Amino acid sequence: MIGLQWIYWLAGLYLGWVAVLGWRDGGNPRRRASGAFWGLLALMMLAADRLPPALVGAAVVALALLAGCGGLGRGRHAESSVEDKRSEAARLGNRLFLPALLIPAVAVLVAVPLANVAIAGVRLFGREHTTLVGLGLACLLATFAACRLTRQTPACAIEQSRRLIDAIGWAAILPLLLATLGSVFAAAGIGDAVAGLVRQAIPVDNRFVVLAAYCLGMLTFTMIMGNAFAAFPVMTAGIGLPLLVQLHGADAASMAAIGMLAGYCGTLLTPMAANFNLVPAALLELRDANGVIRQQVWTALPLFACNVLLMYVIIFR
Amino acid sequence: MNYWPLVGIALVVAGFALRLNPALVVVGAGLVTGLVAGFGPVEVLALLGEAFTKQRYLAIFLLTLPVIGLLERHGLKEHAQAWIRRLRGATAGRLLTVYLAARQLTSMLGLNSLGGHPQTVRPLLAPMAEGAAEARHGELPDTVRQRLRALCAATDNVGLFFGEDVFIAFGAVLLMQGFLAENGIVLEPLHIALWALPTALCAFAIHATRLWRLDRRLAREMEALERRATASPAEDVP
Repeated sequence: MIGLQWIYWLAGLYLGWVAVLGWRDGGNPRRRASGAFWGLLALMMLAADRLPPALVGAAVVALALLAGCGGLGRGRHAESSVEDKRSEAARLGNRLFLPALLIPAVAVLVAVPLANVAIAGVRLFGREHTTLVGLGLACLLATFAACRLTRQTPACAIEQSRRLIDAIGWAAILPLLLATLGSVFAAAGIGDAVAGLVRQAIPVDNRFVVLAAYCLGMLTFTMIMGNAFAAFPVMTAGIGLPLLVQLHGADAASMAAIGMLAGYCGTLLTPMAANFNLVPAALLELRDANGVIRQQVWTALPLFACNVLLMYVIIFR
Repeated sequence: MNYWPLVGIALVVAGFALRLNPALVVVGAGLVTGLVAGFGPVEVLALLGEAFTKQRYLAIFLLTLPVIGLLERHGLKEHAQAWIRRLRGATAGRLLTVYLAARQLTSMLGLNSLGGHPQTVRPLLAPMAEGAAEARHGELPDTVRQRLRALCAATDNVGLFFGEDVFIAFGAVLLMQGFLAENGIVLEPLHIALWALPTALCAFAIHATRLWRLDRRLAREMEALERRATASPAEDVP
């Protein structure tokens, strides 16, 4: 049976390989920090479930310190010239899209039609997280397909991915860290504290008012935290689950999905979401650093109103 | 009710306002929040560790990089650019509408990295939008050009945000699924992802309407400018 553990091992081996290549890369002034960072993340992928939780917590702090104190630097990468790329593009044509399209195709195939396939009474895929297992397998298959198409080895594919890994850097684990922060917030009772404040402020018997408070909470909290991932656990544990799902009987799946998108409207409005709003303003040489946000206001606000209405219509079906 | 853990939120806000490294800010806020909530130092580390172990799947997206890296080395970006250039001949508004639709649809398939500000907007979309506008209205004044560029970046964001949530393996969908499972509500990611569709349609309708009006606004503004330009020399004549 192919379970999520296999995919963690695959990711651990891949990141371990990246760590070794990074540690040996003489072109990166911070090669040791970079090697240690990816090596530690590889170790977490391979063995976090077998280590004592406090030790894993210490490793998380170490990852943050490696990322925050001096950064990971950038290595030297063998780049092909623009002419080479153009001639390769002309030679391979639309076939170049195929391995890239293989990733979503295989992921969806495993998650939906193949999820419950059994061979001789044994399930092919684990019962849980089939989507993730599908994604991991899809990446493996697509890598082999890309290698075949370009007549390169998987080792070469990993070497080429270092360019992207170095460009992403510590930001690769930011969503993970924000999700971790969300769990700590939940354990510390931040959801309760926020819910306590909200319950004092609004009439909880009125389901439209509660729903509007949940959406507005997602919007403002996302603007404060710079992304909806951090806002979601707090607002959903504080208002969504206790008041909408448990008290008013709302449907959890649609409430979560639309609530998250109400948060995305906040991402369009905040300079905290630097990678979406401030970086492009710099890239496009705009004089006004908030120029992109200004163009997004009149999409974000009507869309937020749509989200509130959609949620009201959908979750109380 | 213990309101002290709310300090954690204040710390995140302060850290981002001071432009400290977000990874440090987030982990630091987690440690402090755990401590003020009454956990011991080792307990807080254990709390972080347990959460991290459960959420590790958010790093699985890194496995896509070898494919993309290899294909990029063999001209994926160049081919995609050549392919998109065939759409030329449209107005700025129509070009951006097509891009919005393409960005939403590819994000729904999980192909987030096909677009983006450094890869697509700066080298391709913004120049094409400016070119299309200038072909129709003549040379753009600087303020109009800056606004048009900002709108290109905004269009990429809207297309990405309100497309990616429909893809079942996207981080946000998995985050929601994981969070609800922790709270005893077990769902398949697909059930959550499909409920992002109504908002995706609304986002397209709202932003495409604004883009549709863009061409007329550009024409109006350029006409006004032209009138002023032809009117002003007349005033100079005594």
